[in-house]
Amino acid sequence: MITRRSFVAASAGLAMSALAAIPGHAQETVKVGLILPMTGPFASTGRQVEAGVRTYMAMHGDTVAGKKIELVVRDDASTADQTRRIAQELVVNEGVNVLGGFGLTPLALAVAPVINQAKIPAVVMAAATSSITEQSDYYVRSSFTLPQASVPVGTWAAENGLKRVVTLVSDYGPGIDAETWFTKEFTAKGGEIVEAVRVPLQNPDFAPYLQRVRDADPDAIFVFLPSGVGSLFMKQFADRGLAEAGIKLIATGDVTDDDLLNDMGQPALGAITGHHYSAAHDSPENKAYVEAFKSAHNGMRPNFMSVGGYDGMHLIYAALEKTGGDATGEALIEAMKGLSWTSPRGPITIDPQTRDIVQNIYMREVKEADGELYNVEFATYEAVKDPAKAEASGQ
Amino acid sequence: MLTILFDGVAYGMLLFIIAVGLAITLGLMNFINLAHGAFAMAGGYITVVLMNRYGVSFYLCLPIAFLVVAALGALLEGTLYRRLYSAPHLDQVLFSVGLVFMSVAAVHYLMGGQQQLIHLPPELNGRTEIFGIGVGRYRLFITAVCAVLVVALQLVLAKTRFGSQLRAAVDDGRVARGLGINVSAVFALTFAFGSGLAGLGGAMGAEILGLDPNFPLKFMVYFLIVVTVGGTSSMTGPFLAALLLGIADVAGKYYFPQIGAFVIYGVMVIMLVLRPHGLFSREGAR
Repeated sequence: MITRRSFVAASAGLAMSALAAIPGHAQETVKVGLILPMTGPFASTGRQVEAGVRTYMAMHGDTVAGKKIELVVRDDASTADQTRRIAQELVVNEGVNVLGGFGLTPLALAVAPVINQAKIPAVVMAAATSSITEQSDYYVRSSFTLPQASVPVGTWAAENGLKRVVTLVSDYGPGIDAETWFTKEFTAKGGEIVEAVRVPLQNPDFAPYLQRVRDADPDAIFVFLPSGVGSLFMKQFADRGLAEAGIKLIATGDVTDDDLLNDMGQPALGAITGHHYSAAHDSPENKAYVEAFKSAHNGMRPNFMSVGGYDGMHLIYAALEKTGGDATGEALIEAMKGLSWTSPRGPITIDPQTRDIVQNIYMREVKEADGELYNVEFATYEAVKDPAKAEASGQ
Repeated sequence: MLTILFDGVAYGMLLFIIAVGLAITLGLMNFINLAHGAFAMAGGYITVVLMNRYGVSFYLCLPIAFLVVAALGALLEGTLYRRLYSAPHLDQVLFSVGLVFMSVAAVHYLMGGQQQLIHLPPELNGRTEIFGIGVGRYRLFITAVCAVLVVALQLVLAKTRFGSQLRAAVDDGRVARGLGINVSAVFALTFAFGSGLAGLGGAMGAEILGLDPNFPLKFMVYFLIVVTVGGTSSMTGPFLAALLLGIADVAGKYYFPQIGAFVIYGVMVIMLVLRPHGLFSREGAR
């Protein structure tokens, strides 16, 4: 009788033997398995990350260090057990050398047992909860972490005369990360949190929460919401006259997602956000990226998710170059540690200790240029580490 | 305080417009149509496409959404729903849930998974002070439209010939047929009308509830709560239930933000314990 346990053991065994078999092959191709939510509520994340990855391959060719890169894209419909099943299939049947993608934190966490056993790197290109990279030594992150984006917003708020702030976040992992770290930084610098509001993830109407914020009469409201919901929020924020009541909107960049910013229209103008990437970032690398991305994807504007995919792919290419084409998991992950390069978002480094990304966080304001809305950067916090890890290691 | 009450009323009104069609099919025609939200979504997307791609005015979009979705409802009624009127409820549920998933996938394929946004005409944006209460203009507009609809619906059902034909057809279809009432035509018209209302609700709700392919699944619970709490035997029941839920939801989230999302479920449980057949059900007084 095949019990569940023995089945798992058997498939794990298969995974190991598949792995053991890899060096024996004459390896001419390196397979990259991309697991993304391509359908369901987070499909836009998947779409952007995949587009970023494909743009990278279009710009830099599909051969590196004598190996041909083959991309396998699978849809997990943002269900964690699917992500894990697909990861297992990709490792066992397809023999992929690197996994990548992962639209949400639980999806990224679901593959930890698979990559631990198969000993292959998983490049987290989107999910942003700080703790992911601590769950396995094979995670590397090319996106960002929410504490990383929230702390500079807190610093900026405290330094720019905001005294009383209400926080409003979605009630799940990243939201709580954002709230915790913003509050920590802002109160340490002398600010006061008047009220902390958590909104259910599936929340249709912000009216009551916004009214509460208005009645608390703060100097500003700090917001983290996933991008689609964020755009609804912006409209209702403007509609309720909070801006006229003198309440400033400060947020992480998810709320003014480049992908949706133009549709938000006038209400978004003047919003102050802190994030690692804006399509309006002024550098030759970014100009080339935005141009290549738009022409290949029907005028779609790259957002912060896409750049996670782009840089994730660069990370894989650069690691392969460094190992001279050795695509075994251990070699790749070692090569990835400490890599640094100039991405479309600016200079970035993979922290050799934590395998997390170190990057600039930019303060931006939504402005109109050539009839389109952009997040225009006006201040930079350089080489920001994930504060959760910096604190843990006593730095 | 009064602002919260007003927001609650507006939210309840919006729920009512969308859910009333379900109350009609479920209560009057005894058909469990879980795909009702899909009709609302269709109305929303029609508005988005017309406004954003063709620049049609918002006010014009509302009747168009109503008519197109009503036509769609009539088409589906004639081809699919009609076969299931006499089927057991479980079959109806399975069928209509299947329809929901198909609609979600179809919309995803055609329009993409992202949140759709519309731009209201400027006179509906912002807020106005009325007797010292700040009210959103768009919410005021929703409330007005809904009030007109409630009165009109009640009049149609209670006073017109069609209303009495419909009530007769529901009470006893065979006798009604014997009296020369074209029962299937009456049902088709009613179904189309209910779908049209859902479409109108979806079009008006796009601004407040948001619009993405998962709309029918996300809001199914809300519609069902409105209909179960309200009972299905009259227009007044769902109307008051929608108001109650809207106010409870908004006030709960305002006063107790930590548990705000659960307040409406609490209200639903209490209502169903007290009046298991709905607020104004005929059997409810037992």
